[in-house]
Amino acid sequence: MAAITLTVNNQQHKIDVDPQMPLLWAIRDFVGLKGTKYGCGIAQCGACTVLLDGNPIRSCSFPVSAAAGKKISTVEGLSENIEHPVQQAWIELQVPQCGYCQSGQIMSAVALLKKTPEPTDAQIDAAMQGHLCRCGTYPRIRKAIHRAAELMKTKA
Amino acid sequence: MSSNTSFSRRHFLRLSGLTSAGFIIGLSGVEGKALETVVNMSFLGESSSVTPFIIIEKSGRITIFNTKPEIGQGTFQAIPSIFAEELDLTLDMVTIKQSGGEKELGADQFAGGSASIRTSYKKYRIAGAAAREMLVLAASQAWGVPVGECKAELGKVIHAGSNRSLTYGELAEAASKLEVPKEPKLKDPKDFRLLGKSTPRPDVPLKSSGRAVFGLDVEVPGMAYASIERCPVFGGKLLSFDDSAAKKVKGVQQVITCERIIGKYRFEGVAVIADNYWAALQGRKALKVNWDFQGNETFNTKNYEQHLRDLAKNEGVLDHSQGDFDKAYAEAPVKLEAFYETPVVSHSPIEPMNCVAHWKPEGKLEIWTSTQVPFSIKNNFGKEYGLKEEDITVNVMFNGGGFGRRLYPDYVHEAVQLSKKAGKPVKAIWTREDDTQQGPFRPMTFSAFKAGLAANGEALAFQHKVISPSISASNSANYDKTKTDGGMMEGVSEQQYEIPNVKNLYVHADLHIPVAAWRAVTSTTLSFSHECFIDEMAVKAKMDPMAFRLSLLKKESDTKKLLLKLKEVSGWDKPLPAGWGRGVSQWEFFAGLAGMVVEVSKQGTGIKIERVVCVIDLGTVVNPDTVAGQVEGAVVMAISAAIKGGITFEKGRTVQSNYHNNPIIRINEMPPVETHILADGGDKIKGVGEPGLPPLAPALCNAIYAATGKRIRRLPFDIKKI
Ligand code: FES
Ligand code: FES
Repeated sequence: MAAITLTVNNQQHKIDVDPQMPLLWAIRDFVGLKGTKYGCGIAQCGACTVLLDGNPIRSCSFPVSAAAGKKISTVEGLSENIEHPVQQAWIELQVPQCGYCQSGQIMSAVALLKKTPEPTDAQIDAAMQGHLCRCGTYPRIRKAIHRAAELMKTKA
Repeated sequence: MSSNTSFSRRHFLRLSGLTSAGFIIGLSGVEGKALETVVNMSFLGESSSVTPFIIIEKSGRITIFNTKPEIGQGTFQAIPSIFAEELDLTLDMVTIKQSGGEKELGADQFAGGSASIRTSYKKYRIAGAAAREMLVLAASQAWGVPVGECKAELGKVIHAGSNRSLTYGELAEAASKLEVPKEPKLKDPKDFRLLGKSTPRPDVPLKSSGRAVFGLDVEVPGMAYASIERCPVFGGKLLSFDDSAAKKVKGVQQVITCERIIGKYRFEGVAVIADNYWAALQGRKALKVNWDFQGNETFNTKNYEQHLRDLAKNEGVLDHSQGDFDKAYAEAPVKLEAFYETPVVSHSPIEPMNCVAHWKPEGKLEIWTSTQVPFSIKNNFGKEYGLKEEDITVNVMFNGGGFGRRLYPDYVHEAVQLSKKAGKPVKAIWTREDDTQQGPFRPMTFSAFKAGLAANGEALAFQHKVISPSISASNSANYDKTKTDGGMMEGVSEQQYEIPNVKNLYVHADLHIPVAAWRAVTSTTLSFSHECFIDEMAVKAKMDPMAFRLSLLKKESDTKKLLLKLKEVSGWDKPLPAGWGRGVSQWEFFAGLAGMVVEVSKQGTGIKIERVVCVIDLGTVVNPDTVAGQVEGAVVMAISAAIKGGITFEKGRTVQSNYHNNPIIRINEMPPVETHILADGGDKIKGVGEPGLPPLAPALCNAIYAATGKRIRRLPFDIKKI
């Protein structure tokens, strides 16, 4: 066990955990934020995606100790009232079905748009390929990312 | 379909929710917040004892129950909107609450068979309309005006003549004392605000912000976590285990056994109970378990498939016969035969199986889980555990995918037993490896075909013989092998093609591995073989595959209408670029009817899916946007099952373990999908969630034949190497 301080969505959390514990379970069961999901545990599905200093990582395969001192962003930190342009686009295009994969999808979309404000289909495919959606929301995810790009442009 | 005559008066009162207890009021006021209340209210548990479909409180708050678990298919919007439509409410005016299998709300509280809307549309409209008529009557009595001068509009009853209005909340108490109308007048569809429109789903904002609470997200005070080791070889028995190392892992509390009950099977497991899930996993890794494999350790897919091929030589049991197949086939101048094979596949919803159970000291049981079958849990678990139905509370959470997997509450049984033994609430979570390896799986079907044609190509004789293990045999120890198996012959004898001489047969194969319904069930494999063989007949008849099918559909039928529409919207007769091919398929089965045209292009040695056009026949549609989403999802699932690996067994165990070796398609593999809905209105209403699956694989393989001349008779196949 080790005392670790995590900075999640700009808030500090002191937790006492096995330093090898994946960040995913630390976020879910110790910090108490359940928006980040478990799907595979081996970096194959993307359900557990969070941003570490702005970059998407698979928190299921990332030891909590390595996240100490870094800025972690989860889906809960995106906005107070579900008004982030990516979330707005997700709602406009009615993307989620079961919704379970969507926190991870959204976090990767947010990171993509930060780096590439107007992504092509190929860039979207490249950035989102790490995410599985068993419900098959892929066509809408693609459309929603284009829509979010538009919304961000008009906002800027 | 139930008509209003099938309701007893008592039942009807319940349906309407207009018992005197059911009227309290107060618009929740804070818009948007109502949605969060939904999630929280599912935690009310025992205190939520009043459970009619609609509750109108004096305070103005209106609660509508969703009786069908939300698994991604859209019932969270669709079901409440049926009641809301007749009450002339919009969904932001109501709190939606998930029902938990309460007897009063009916045995059809499950999500499966694409049945949610088609079985409840009419009766829920009647319930909503009855409530509306009572509110209107209450208002007219209060004002002393003729009832015909009053009308319900957006949560109020209005008297236009005197410019007066009363809210439903204000009317609730008086309305509750009125007689429930026996035949309330339903709204004219042209006045619909919600039904038939692409109304936004209220769960979407929750699911776009991490706020939707899935089974995996449930936490109750004092809860421990469990991870369960099960025999890697199907059918093994527990001999002994050594938990000394496991107990040394920090956070591990105890190691106990449990039994996984699935269909006729009972599989033992050794569970590590810990303070947190990571510790439970570490403890499980440190367990040493001895299993007796019972001889099952030699089982493998290769031999089993050969066994199925050998069984195909048996005549089998008659499923359906018309005309004289044997004679017509013997005399037919042109004959063809083919053999088709399909794989075992897994459901693999992204949310793995999990359940929180709390066996309380006073002998009550509370369950929080993602499930498709709340009614069955609440009403059937008691038999196993010596409890009464009213002692069991089921909190149905948002399901992170179902696809048929969550029709089986085996993981709920495990958690219940663990909580009872541990004396505290337990959250048991399957790993992805558990989910991939332990089943239940969609079984494979093998198909042997024979057809006889006249010299001019006319179809004279047709036979589809299915050889497979059985879902019913997995579900029940009392399976009768001497009879045909409707579940494993699904749709085969329902196709509308007019062929005079038909003899369809079934050959059962034993299997000791649990198999299960999978989205669109056996139609997902039988449609492939059946509709590809129809294509082979068209080729033999030297006819265009669409024209050949239509030539077999002389009578008016939904199938004929569907194919004509598909021909038109797909541009079937338009020329394609060189190297492209186009394939068609349709499938009618218990859940509904859909057809597809798939276009493919040759890419070196491989094939690219360029376009999928779907026509789905619904009759009545509740939410067209949801339908489009369901078809897109069905296409994704069907492509994965057609071109990705599937599940295989070696040494009695599942070979695949996680998404890396049991893959599903990714965003870059997704073709464009166009969905067209046939909705002529009237009484006809068909399913949405499943019909989009069966036509995909055959239309794809028929397109590949058109592009390359290569006939695919075995799934899965490698689309990069044709
Ligand atoms: S849970 Fe981390 S990638 Fe699947
Ligand atoms: S929405 Fe269900 S897995 Fe993506």
